[in-house]
Amino acid sequence: MIKKILIANRGEIACRVIKTARKMGIKTVAVYSDADKNALHVEMADEAVYIGPPAASESYLVMDKIMAAIESSGADAVHPGYGFLSENPEFAKLLAKKKIAFIGPNPHAIQAMGDKITSKKLAQNAGVSCVPGHMGLIEDADEAVKISNKVGYPVMIKASAGGGGKGMRIAYNDEEAREGFQSSKNEAASSFGDDRIFIEKFVEQPRHIEIQILGDKHGNVIYLNERECSIQRRNQKVIEEAPSPFLDEATRKAMGAESVALAKAVDYDSAGTVEFIVDKDKNFYFLEMNTRLQVEHPVTELITGVDLVEQMIRSANGDKLQIKQKDVRINGWALESRIYAEDPYRNFLPSIGRLTRYRPPAEVTLENGAIIRNDTGVFEGGEISMYYDPMIAKLCTWGEDRGIAINAMKDALDVFELEGIGHNIPFLSAVYDHDRFERGDISTGFIAEEYPDGFEGAMENAGHIRKIAAIAALMHDIAEHRAADIDGTLPNHNRHVPDEWAVQIGDHNYQIEIHGTPHSCTLVANDGSDKAAIEFEAITHWKPGQGLVAALIDNKPFNFKAEKRPEGYAVRHRGCEFNVKIRTPRAAELAKLMPIKDAPDTSCFLLCPMPGVIVSVLVEEGQEVQDGQALAVVEAMKMENTLRAEKKGVIAKINAAAGDNLAVDEVIIEFETGE
Amino acid sequence: MNVIDQLEERRAQARLGGGERRIESQHAKGKLTARERLELLLDPGSFEEFDMFVKHRAVDFGMDEKHIPGDGVVTGWGTINGRKTFVFAQDFTVFGGSLSETHAKKICKIQTMAMKHGAPIIGLNDSGGARIQEGVASLAGYTDVFQNNIKASGVIPQISVIMGPCAGGAVYSPALTDFTFMVRDSSYMFLTGPDVLKTVTNEIVTAEELGGAKTHTSKSSVADGAFDNDMEALAEIRRLFDFLPLSNRSGVPCRPFYDEHDRVIDSLDTLVPDNPNIPYDMKELILKIADEGDFFEIQQDFAKNIVTGFIRLEGQSIGVVANQPMVLAGCLDSDASRKAARFVRFCDAFDIPLLTLVDVPGFLPGTAQEFGGVIKHGAKLLYAFGEASVPKVTVITRKAYGGAYCVMAPKHLGGDVNYAWPTAQIAVMGAKGAVEILHRKDLGDTDKTAAHIADYEEKFLSPFRAAELGYIDEVIQPRGTRKRICRAFSLLADKAADTPWKKHDNLPL
Repeated sequence: MIKKILIANRGEIACRVIKTARKMGIKTVAVYSDADKNALHVEMADEAVYIGPPAASESYLVMDKIMAAIESSGADAVHPGYGFLSENPEFAKLLAKKKIAFIGPNPHAIQAMGDKITSKKLAQNAGVSCVPGHMGLIEDADEAVKISNKVGYPVMIKASAGGGGKGMRIAYNDEEAREGFQSSKNEAASSFGDDRIFIEKFVEQPRHIEIQILGDKHGNVIYLNERECSIQRRNQKVIEEAPSPFLDEATRKAMGAESVALAKAVDYDSAGTVEFIVDKDKNFYFLEMNTRLQVEHPVTELITGVDLVEQMIRSANGDKLQIKQKDVRINGWALESRIYAEDPYRNFLPSIGRLTRYRPPAEVTLENGAIIRNDTGVFEGGEISMYYDPMIAKLCTWGEDRGIAINAMKDALDVFELEGIGHNIPFLSAVYDHDRFERGDISTGFIAEEYPDGFEGAMENAGHIRKIAAIAALMHDIAEHRAADIDGTLPNHNRHVPDEWAVQIGDHNYQIEIHGTPHSCTLVANDGSDKAAIEFEAITHWKPGQGLVAALIDNKPFNFKAEKRPEGYAVRHRGCEFNVKIRTPRAAELAKLMPIKDAPDTSCFLLCPMPGVIVSVLVEEGQEVQDGQALAVVEAMKMENTLRAEKKGVIAKINAAAGDNLAVDEVIIEFETGE
Repeated sequence: MNVIDQLEERRAQARLGGGERRIESQHAKGKLTARERLELLLDPGSFEEFDMFVKHRAVDFGMDEKHIPGDGVVTGWGTINGRKTFVFAQDFTVFGGSLSETHAKKICKIQTMAMKHGAPIIGLNDSGGARIQEGVASLAGYTDVFQNNIKASGVIPQISVIMGPCAGGAVYSPALTDFTFMVRDSSYMFLTGPDVLKTVTNEIVTAEELGGAKTHTSKSSVADGAFDNDMEALAEIRRLFDFLPLSNRSGVPCRPFYDEHDRVIDSLDTLVPDNPNIPYDMKELILKIADEGDFFEIQQDFAKNIVTGFIRLEGQSIGVVANQPMVLAGCLDSDASRKAARFVRFCDAFDIPLLTLVDVPGFLPGTAQEFGGVIKHGAKLLYAFGEASVPKVTVITRKAYGGAYCVMAPKHLGGDVNYAWPTAQIAVMGAKGAVEILHRKDLGDTDKTAAHIADYEEKFLSPFRAAELGYIDEVIQPRGTRKRICRAFSLLADKAADTPWKKHDNLPL
């Protein structure tokens, strides 16, 4: 039996593997770069080996360093996680040669499936349905345009070695095909060191549904149902669920059977995933096979009860698969939210820095049976560095049905405390609150269709706002009673704290009366209209200084985050941010006299949206630019981001040159103020 | 009319100030009236007005025809969260809030009462300046107020809030008080206004640029903070008030707190980056060790290389002075020294204990600093820490180099309890600079130089050499910082300090 596993990875997946290994009584070895000295996976593992500088190309991707770590630690098996060396057949071969168990499929399967063109041919031969496209490699942009015309627009231009949305472009016309080919090629070269490109038909309104399979070294392969990963932003998965709200039993079975056939064709002997595109008529096309543990594997674990990491370890050990296809069930519903360090209000640009606060929801089973699971590799005081994937955590919920799982997720996101960096929690909350998502009416175009101009905050819910107003008044009341308890007051002339407050949230104004104590009170909320006041029975144990407000309203939990601001709190709830002011009724009257101030105008500047390096400035001083024209390229987190003009204008001044390191909001370009 | 009706009528007339039309015009500028402001500043119903019926005595320029009860300033006392304070609010609707002899007398009356009865005084300034019709009587009035400001200094906290114009001689009353705050876009302060500037020096500048909130909070440091509007300003003054003692005899206020004195803060262990050249935000440390994360910052937009303000530990107010590595690497310079020195002296005057957080690579070098008198300005901070007799706790988080080490409340300046984090480096200078001096002859040899640097780092760039000498009382884990400093201030509560008799000191101004 395997005794000691070295995890050739970092972050949450390394922690995830360590958890199962520990459960199985197997020792673990972490590897770490300079940037990960204090990382959670290093802390959790039994031992840790240093493997070099922060850049992955000098540490996590260097086989020699991993091999040396294996030797020095005496590990007899390696789990590669996802990314890095996980789908590198050379690595698997090298391990085989050294008689180290690779916890993943055989090198032949990796090789066959790792190349998108080979894998497609294999799939066709195995009777798996495929998307029409050009299987050959493409030499230059002219050829790309020619082939695109042959396949028919729209087309998808992809890096042969690609994954995770990197090196992938969609083109609707010749110009985009030309541009897309070049940028895919560049990105592929820098991300994978392999700039081979191919082109295929782009299926519109598609859903991304994938089948989890599991094999052993004895020729057994089963499928563990599907995951739907249609909620993607620029081909990067954001929300995953299992099962899919779209599939029927027959389609599921057909997809499962094809996936197993494909796996068997390459003697697949570990956990793997066969990805499909499914169109609105439930036609499904093979996309690719991932020969590794997927990021989103927890949702499958939650509905099947199978520990995929454990199964991978057992398969690598040569054990026979104990689970039979007929034993695989779908139990309830599971969701996964990828919490990324990216700023949804700034077009999802990566945000790096120190996690000054990190308090995920507790991993518990709720009263209604719902389960909260949070896979993470970070901790409060840790750093989200520019060197690696900006994923902070994978928050999962399970419920007996989809509705319960969704509600549990909304609640869990509301209590997830994350500060110091920008993050996409408000955006995730907004998606879960969206009717289309709740109906299951989704496609991979969901985000682009529903948020075409970017994300500007979730839809406000008047019922929620009223509850926030009521609880905010209660919070203020608690804080004011304490403030009046200061020493040095005039005896017998204490301040009388009123029990009626005026709460202002944007354009909404409420009068809140408090009857009782915070531990049990009735809140009477009047919105100033003719409509009758609404009464809430409320309880809270909130105390000043707490960032998380947990209350019971009419016996149902109602939670939000609040940060003290002058005259009130900044509140975050369900993807909405509110500036809540709590005043005495008299002060509220006077507040109406305050002038409304405009935010400063920054439209005549192009500001650097994230810390990064200027790759190129594409315009000159004095040049006239059109709406949407590319102005400069900034590289951050290994991604090239093109900054475009928001409106027509003339470049007045350029303040940065290629190679400059810029901080957030530094001015790159000044426009002429057009009169 | 019976006398009670007469009283009510006279009160009603006085409360109307300059009349409906002027009140409307005040509101149109986004400003509240003097009485509205006091309503918001004080606990509802607690304001008692004095001298409501006072009238001016001028007769020239037709003034004998114009009388408005109260004469442009509302004075009295009330409570903030039940604690007494004296207040005055200039009423712009009455003769433009201009200061007459009687207007000044009203202010002087409450100033005297405040000193006598040990309560702070808060002034809300909104005045066009001197009552020109009264000539030198008005100037005399100003000077009487200044004299009282000076007398009250160090006896009771004095707070000024500029909520409208404040020009000419009028600026000196706020300048003499402990804290001055402004309201953005509706207040300005200057000695000489834009119109005169244009005639005299041909300089063209707007009132906002010359003396708006931004100018005074970030450039001149005349103001200690600015707020978006009257409402926010008054709410925040209430918040500040709760940190302050009522007088130099009252002791520091304490209030119930919802925090654990021994709260362990794991994330502080990773606050200081491994690379000594990478900055970190000192405010994170302040916010995390403070009760409930509550920090009232003073002068947050000026000399950002040093952070000053109030927190509470176990419910009790503490003044914090901290180097900020995010700005100028946390170097001390003239501005930072002046800012911190004034803050330290305020705390000492009112018995507020001092917490000093140190990460300072030295004084900022350069001709600009030297010509600007950094020696004298730096001496102010040195002096302020050295003379302060309140409980002083110091934590060195990283660098404490050279002369700046001597300044930042070290043991030798009467630091009562001095801690260092394991990441502390207490030395004359950084390793590279030191080796360049100590081993000049080996500079050409990179190997030897590297060895010398390593040797120096090992010897001096740790807290242990200082700890061996007793200059550090204890090396502490960052995570335990709150627990340690709470205990330390508890220990120091009954500190007795004696200073030799002197008429007063001679701070290097």
